[in-house]
Amino acid sequence: MGVDATRTLEQAAVIDREGLALLLTGLRDDGYTLVGPTARDGAIVLDELDGIDDLPAGWTDRQEAASYRLERRDDDALFGYVVGPHSFKRYLHPPRVKLWQVRRRDDGMEFSRGGAAAPRYAFLGVRACDLAAMRVQDRVMIGQDARDPIYAERREGAFLISVHCTEARSTCFCASMGAGPVADAGFDLALTEVLGERDGEPRHEFVITAGTPRGQEALRRLPSRPAGARELEAARAGHERARGQMGRRLATEGVRALLRDNPESPQWDDVATRCLSCGNCTLVCPTCFCSTVEDTVDLKGEHAERWRSWDSCFTGEFSYIHGGVVRPSTRARYRQWLTHKLSTWFDQFGTSGCVGCGRCVTWCPVGIDLRAEVAAIRRRADADEPARATSSTPDAGSDA
Amino acid sequence: MPRKPRLAVFKFASCDGCQLSLLDCEDELLALAGELEISHFLEASSAVQDGPYDLSLVEGSITTPHDAARIREVRRQSRALVTIGACATAGGIQALRNFRDVREFTRIVYARPDYIETLERSTAIADHVPVDFELRGCPINKAQLLEVLVSFLRRKRPNIPSHSVCVECKRRGIVCLMVARGTACLGPVTHAGCGALCPSFHRGCYGCFGPAESVNTPALAERLEQLGVDRGHRLRLFRSFNANAPEFREESERHEQ
Ligand code: SF4
Ligand code: SF4
Ligand code: SF4
Repeated sequence: MGVDATRTLEQAAVIDREGLALLLTGLRDDGYTLVGPTARDGAIVLDELDGIDDLPAGWTDRQEAASYRLERRDDDALFGYVVGPHSFKRYLHPPRVKLWQVRRRDDGMEFSRGGAAAPRYAFLGVRACDLAAMRVQDRVMIGQDARDPIYAERREGAFLISVHCTEARSTCFCASMGAGPVADAGFDLALTEVLGERDGEPRHEFVITAGTPRGQEALRRLPSRPAGARELEAARAGHERARGQMGRRLATEGVRALLRDNPESPQWDDVATRCLSCGNCTLVCPTCFCSTVEDTVDLKGEHAERWRSWDSCFTGEFSYIHGGVVRPSTRARYRQWLTHKLSTWFDQFGTSGCVGCGRCVTWCPVGIDLRAEVAAIRRRADADEPARATSSTPDAGSDA
Repeated sequence: MPRKPRLAVFKFASCDGCQLSLLDCEDELLALAGELEISHFLEASSAVQDGPYDLSLVEGSITTPHDAARIREVRRQSRALVTIGACATAGGIQALRNFRDVREFTRIVYARPDYIETLERSTAIADHVPVDFELRGCPINKAQLLEVLVSFLRRKRPNIPSHSVCVECKRRGIVCLMVARGTACLGPVTHAGCGALCPSFHRGCYGCFGPAESVNTPALAERLEQLGVDRGHRLRLFRSFNANAPEFREESERHEQ
C-alpha cells in the first residue's frame, strides 16, 4: 500500500472547526451513531460522541513500552495524539455478543437471533493503521469461505472519517508495515489537522479529502474552500513530522521465513521469562480476532443462550482440546502470537497480521516490544545460536 | 418425577461471606429450591437432614484437628464436593499464620492459650480430600456460583474461565491502571471471575481470585519494583486472601527480608 501524501491531497478542501462540527451533527442527523476519541480515565479512548465538544481538545498522549500518560498540549488540537487503548475492533467485532437464544416450548424449541440489529456507525479519527487493520480483519471475517454476519453488518454500514497522523510516538511503526502514517484509501473522508498562524491570526483548520461518493456528498454540504499551496504544505509537513517521529523499525525483510524457520530459537525461552501470559497484547491488537463461545442455561433448563467473547492465544482454555492444553507454556504461547502476526498470517490470509500501531507495545504491562523480539530472534539465527539443548516442557515440537 | 438432588452447605474456618452469596441469589432462590432439595444449610435453616448429599458446597479452610476429621466425613457423605471461596481453595486470609508461629499468636490473643487446639497451618480443602471443583474468590461471585449449580444440574462443565483479570478489563474497555497510571495491580496474574471489579473503580487488583491458570509472578514483581512499589508492599500484595496459594506464597517469600 502506498502512502503518497501528494496523491491523497489532490482536490483537497479546507474546513474549519465549525465545518467539522457541522459534519458531525449532519452524520448524527442522518442516523449514524458517532464513535470517536474522547479523554477519559487517563487515556484517549473511543466512545460514542454527541459531537465536536466530546473530542479531546488540547490533550495529548505520551507513550512508551508499558507506559501511557495523558498530558495537556499547548494548543487546542482536536487530534493531537496517536492511537490509544481502544481500537474500532470494539465496535466491529464486539468483545461480547449474544449469538442466539433458545426457549423450550411445549411443542419443541424456539430459536431466535441474539441481539438487536447493529447501529450504523460513523467512525471519527480512524488512523491509517486503524484502516489497515480493518482491511486485515476484512480478509478474516468477510472471506471467500466464511462471512461473519456480525462484523460484516457493522463494517459495511460504517462511515469512516480518517485522520492522517501529524505526530507519532516511539511505539509507532506503521511506516515499517506500509500502513501509514497517511491513509490513501478506504475512508469516506480524511482530515489533516493544521494549526498555525496566518497574518498574526491563530488558525485551526482541516485539510479534507473525500475517498468515496458518499464522502464527496457529505463534503459538499459543508462550508469549505479549495486547499491552497500553503495548507497543503502544512499538511505535508505534519505527515513528515509523524514519519520522522516514528520509533524503531520492524525489520520486515524475510521475517515470515525467519519465524517459520526458528521455532526452537532460544529467544522464545528468553521472552517467556518476561511475558506474563496475560493476553493484553492480543486484546488491544486491532487485527486479533479470536473468540470463544459459551452457553448459558437458566436454572429450570428452559432458556439457553450462546455468547461469543474475545479470547486470546495466551489463555490455557484457548488451546484446550480433549485431554489437555496444546500450548501449556508461555514460551509456546508467545511463539504462537508472534509467529501468527508476522508469518503464518500470510499463509492464512495473504497479508501481515501486524499494521504497526504499537498498541501491544504500550499496553503490555511489562513492556515487551515485538520489534525487539524479532531483532533478537534474527540476531540469534544469524549467529547460529543453538536451540536449547533439552526440552523440559511437552510443547517442544513445532506446535505454533 | 425423579427425586431432586440434595444440596448441602458446610462451613469450616471462614467468614460466611461465600455462603451468603447463595442467600444473595434472591431472584433465583425459589427456582433453585425447585430444582434442588436444600438438605443442610445452617446459615439458612437449623433444620438439617442427614447425608448422603448429591452436592456439597464447602466454605472455609482446615485449621483444627477436629475440622480435618470433619471434612473427611463430609467427603464420605458427598457425591460431588465443590469448594467455594479463597479459604476453601487456598487457606484464606487465616493462612497468614503459615508464615509465623501460630502459638505466638494464641499466646497474644487468648487468656488461656492452652484451651486452644489449632493446627500450625491453615490449608485448602483439596489438601485433605479430593475436590470435584474449586470456585475461586474472596468472596465468590454469585453469578459464578449459579453457573456451578446449573452446570451440576445439567451435567455440563461449568463455564468458569481461568485466564487473567486483564482479559476481563480489556473486554470491558477499562483503561489499564498499571500502564496509564503506574498503579500496582495483580490483574495480570490473577484468576478472572470478579469482572474486573476493582480496576473499574480505579483500584489495582488485590488478587481475590488467586493465581490464574498460568502466571509469571517474578516478572510482574519486577515491573512493580520498577514502578516504585517497595519490597514490603510487594510482599503484602502477594500475601493476602490467597497467601497460601502456591504461586503467591512462593512469590511473597521472595520478598521477605
Ligand atoms: S501486533 Fe501490535 S503493533 Fe501490530 S497491529 Fe497488533 S497491536 Fe498493533
Ligand atoms: S495472535 Fe493469537 S489471538 Fe491474535 S489472531 Fe493469532 S491466534 Fe488469535
Ligand atoms: S507479551 Fe506482554 S501483553 Fe502479551 S501476554 Fe506477554 S506480558 Fe501480556
